[in-house]
Amino acid sequence: MFLLRYIVLPPLIALLANLLLGRWWGRKTTATLACGSVLLSFLVSLRDSYYLYMITLPETRVASDVMFTWLSIGRFEIPVEFVLDPLSGAMCLIITGVGFLIHLYSVGYMWHDPGFRRFFVYLNLFIVFMLLLVLADNLLLLFVGWEGVGLCSYLLIGFWHADMKNASAGKKAFVVNRIGDLGFLIGLLLVFAAFNTLSVSEMQEIISDAIARHLPLPLAPLAATVICLCLFVGACGKSAQIPLYVWLPDAMAGPTPVSALIHAATMVTAGVYMIARLHFLYAFSPFASGVVAVVGAATAIYAAIIGLAQNDIKKVLAYSTVSQLGYMFLAVGVGAYTFGIFHLATHAFFKALLFLGSGSVIHALSGEQDLRKMGGLCRRLPVTFWTFLAGTLAIAGVWPLAGFFSKDEILIAARLAETPLISGRALFAVGLSAAFLTAFYMGRLFVMAFLGPCRVEADKQHHIHESPWTMTVPLIVLALLSAVGGAAGVYHHSFARWLSPLYGAPDAAPPAVEHFVMAASLAVAFGGLALSFLFYLQAPTLPDRLARTAGWLYRWVAEKFYVDELYEWIVVRPVYYVGVAGQAFDKHVVDRAVNWTGGGLKGAGFLLSFFQSGNVGTYAIWFLIGVSILLHVMR
Amino acid sequence: MNILSALVFFPIAGALLIAIWPCAERTSWRMALIASAGEFLLSLKMALLFDPNSGLMQMVEQSEWIPTFGITYLLGVDGVSLGLVVLTGALTPIVVLSAWGSIQKQIRAYLAGMLLLEGAMVGSFLALDLVLFFLFWELMLIPMAILIGVWGGPRRIYSAIKFFLYTAFGSALMLVSILSLAYLHMESRNLLTFNFLILKDLILPPHVSLYLFLGFALAFAIKVPVFPFHTWLPDAHTEAPTGGSVILAGVLLKFGVYGFFRFCLPLFPDIAMRAAPWLAGLGVVGIVYGALVSMVQTDIKRLVAFSSVSHLGFCMLGLFAFTVEGMAGSLFVCLAHGVSTGALFLLVGFLYDRRHTRDISEFGGITQVMPFYAAVFVITALASAGLPGLCGFVGEFLSLAGAFLSQSLPHARLLTVAAATAVILSAVYLLWMVQRVFFGALSNDKNRRLADLTLRERCAILPLIGLMIWMGVYPEPILARMRPTLDMLRTFVMLKRGQIERELQRNDTAPDIAPAPMEKPGSPADRPPRETV
Repeated sequence: MFLLRYIVLPPLIALLANLLLGRWWGRKTTATLACGSVLLSFLVSLRDSYYLYMITLPETRVASDVMFTWLSIGRFEIPVEFVLDPLSGAMCLIITGVGFLIHLYSVGYMWHDPGFRRFFVYLNLFIVFMLLLVLADNLLLLFVGWEGVGLCSYLLIGFWHADMKNASAGKKAFVVNRIGDLGFLIGLLLVFAAFNTLSVSEMQEIISDAIARHLPLPLAPLAATVICLCLFVGACGKSAQIPLYVWLPDAMAGPTPVSALIHAATMVTAGVYMIARLHFLYAFSPFASGVVAVVGAATAIYAAIIGLAQNDIKKVLAYSTVSQLGYMFLAVGVGAYTFGIFHLATHAFFKALLFLGSGSVIHALSGEQDLRKMGGLCRRLPVTFWTFLAGTLAIAGVWPLAGFFSKDEILIAARLAETPLISGRALFAVGLSAAFLTAFYMGRLFVMAFLGPCRVEADKQHHIHESPWTMTVPLIVLALLSAVGGAAGVYHHSFARWLSPLYGAPDAAPPAVEHFVMAASLAVAFGGLALSFLFYLQAPTLPDRLARTAGWLYRWVAEKFYVDELYEWIVVRPVYYVGVAGQAFDKHVVDRAVNWTGGGLKGAGFLLSFFQSGNVGTYAIWFLIGVSILLHVMR
Repeated sequence: MNILSALVFFPIAGALLIAIWPCAERTSWRMALIASAGEFLLSLKMALLFDPNSGLMQMVEQSEWIPTFGITYLLGVDGVSLGLVVLTGALTPIVVLSAWGSIQKQIRAYLAGMLLLEGAMVGSFLALDLVLFFLFWELMLIPMAILIGVWGGPRRIYSAIKFFLYTAFGSALMLVSILSLAYLHMESRNLLTFNFLILKDLILPPHVSLYLFLGFALAFAIKVPVFPFHTWLPDAHTEAPTGGSVILAGVLLKFGVYGFFRFCLPLFPDIAMRAAPWLAGLGVVGIVYGALVSMVQTDIKRLVAFSSVSHLGFCMLGLFAFTVEGMAGSLFVCLAHGVSTGALFLLVGFLYDRRHTRDISEFGGITQVMPFYAAVFVITALASAGLPGLCGFVGEFLSLAGAFLSQSLPHARLLTVAAATAVILSAVYLLWMVQRVFFGALSNDKNRRLADLTLRERCAILPLIGLMIWMGVYPEPILARMRPTLDMLRTFVMLKRGQIERELQRNDTAPDIAPAPMEKPGSPADRPPRETV
């Protein structure tokens, strides 16, 4: 017996209670309700996943729960139906597990904020929509969750709305996401046109049925490519890939727990999840898969380069997230769905950890985010320091921490990939370079924040303090997960076996390739870290000298390649001026035509009024003229 | 008394009572409140009596009116009009509730006008006799023009006259079409009637129905409004009092769409299908154009007015896709737009009552003084922007999907993709406005003392918020009541179109049998009797 709806309902009930009744109870009750509901969701997910695991035949590990019919008209019959399979089970556990830890952390982080209750209402709402996204069987329902998490992202980025900068960042995130959503929506309609259904399980059945019975497939290769590319546009928006990544760095304007939960661990991975969910479509289109892989690899290295030159601790982590998401797309693009999801999971652990750690630093430094004004915090914030160290090593890919295993598997898959667009060697080279840069910028961040001399401003020095337990406990748990999560996943291929009903058992790579990739990725991890220690700890003047030597190059990178400015000039302003032109056209052409019509009629009436002189004699003349014309005509 | 007649005449009686009964303004306001609430309950009762499994006209009420000219008093409700009548019933009490404190002069006349308007609107939705329909159609023009002209803003006279003349121009041509239609029916079947249920079986040759169609379509296109007949709308909206705007956006515009559904499709299916690419195309132009122009507005109300042009474009696109999904989407957009845009106008009115300006640049950081107001405004804006889970999405998605899957509409996919850009643009213009009005620092000192919504205002807006969520989360009961009617309407349209084509082919083979009467719209009645061949 599965209780799928009870995964989604607890946070929904908690948020309604806090929204409607919260004003009558204190922060403690609000926090307990909000955190407790997510914990409950986690426990139910755990229970349901366990039941799923207990089903002996792996192929039948699917459970579903229909709540009610949402839309039914014409050919559309869309129920609110939740489906749990190994993939959505894993996602639910990540969302509710990491989500609970971040809720707990937020209690401490947001305790003094006047918007405490509002914050937890938004956060719970996010969990609801995210669970809806991963549990939905119907693509339209998935789209509801998809847009819903976008809404929560908008609300939470602009949480401190009194600062226009935050509000702008929220709007930017929403609008850029909507550009992606346009692609998603069109993809959705194309799917319906091809399959006559939006249910993923039905689509899969139609395809496997066609293959089994050697019938023609419901979609031509070209159609499959178009569908996959349209959906990928949606994924690019949500998961911040080139060219739609620009919103994510700005999204750091939100409170740090939000960055951890939404903009690192869960929401931004929705695009990866969606492609993994629709892997059977992408299997039909090597071209579209190749595009996914290339965009992923390009984003991975591009964002890593930008990350090198950022001085805001959260911005570095944001570009790191973009880059790591690129890895995930690289993985799903080359068909390594299992490892894409595996990296999604480990990334959720260590990136949430890193963000929460940075939050702890920011909290301790009274809001300071500039790396140049940190340093030497290792003694003052010991728990944060050690957990952050674990996160840094994990993301850099140091054995035996989580990032090593997932990244390694992706690199092997990329090395062996055969895509029509680009050779596997090139993808591997790009991925490896990005791994090197990742190790370097993370080492840089770590050194600048925790080691070396303390550069904190004097007035902030005296109240540097370690965070309360609600903040450190999540850090410790996530550090443990970052440390052992990867090893646990590859132990006896447990993670791959869990997902095997969807993706089959992964092929073993040739040992030579495996060993070569392993050695290379370890080398770049240590190399990157060592180089960053050399640059920022041993010879702190070196980076500045380098930056000065390559002045314009450094500035170009530090200013994020001026992409925001480019978009401003080629998209934002033109659209705005088209609007201005439309407004002028409306006023001076369309409306003037209307008024001229009215004026013309008025003028005609004025001229005709001269005939109505009131003089009977004149009327008689006109009458006579009229009659003679008539007689002439009718003759 | 039949419930439909009660629905039509109850508010009119209320209007008369309020107009002639001398009592305190507050008492008349309460009377209007009770009357409109009673009307709403009546409309709910009608919805309960409505059989969701039937696509036929229900609760039909018929009696002789002017037998000499074949004019009957004929009312009926089906899946197309049901939702719109309930929407009318739901919006009017809200408008009456919001009028107190907002309307500064002659509130009794205002309330009487509003109730009269409600009666006329309900009558138009329910009337199935063309003369009766036309009567109610014109009847609703007058109170609306007066509402704008008396209680409106600084340019109210210009706007009221523009609104009146523009729509009257359309309806004049519609009257010509109505008369010609009845005349042609009498000629071919020897029965003078204005009963729509009989007239809709009449089959006309294409060159005749083209003119008649144009007469109807122009009236409805102006009402929708379809680009480029929309310019009366921003002016009327900007100048109208809050309640007038709510009713104008919420109900009045829907008459255009309703008219296409009710009259244009069944009467002239062949022409409607031939005109579909044009009208759907204009709808798409309206969607994009309205959104772009909306984006650069500086007056909040004007912005919302242009967003209406954009939203109503979805109605045209879905309707002329000739798929059940698209038609349902079109109708659902009507209802959803009525709720969400009605609510937006109401909310803008609340702000105007406090600050007497609607200029976006006058505001900023309003959330800090009016948090509740900001919350409901953001929800409403998101509903209007088509966020899934709120009312706007269901209709827009169904319209788009219906158009995308349409077999009869040429370039359907291209049109759909163009229309779908509204997904981006609506987020841009609404959220940008929200950002400039509500977020940022509280920079203008005049806004520092603004009070949050009063209890009366909350009572007016919260039901609409509830409706937005309900319609987005569980639209099934609404769609279920449309389904049989739309199925039947579509079948009827397709069948009749086939019949017309067959008849045409027959005429092609034997061209000299019964050539169709050539009509010039403008002089149908005094034409000499046709010489039979």
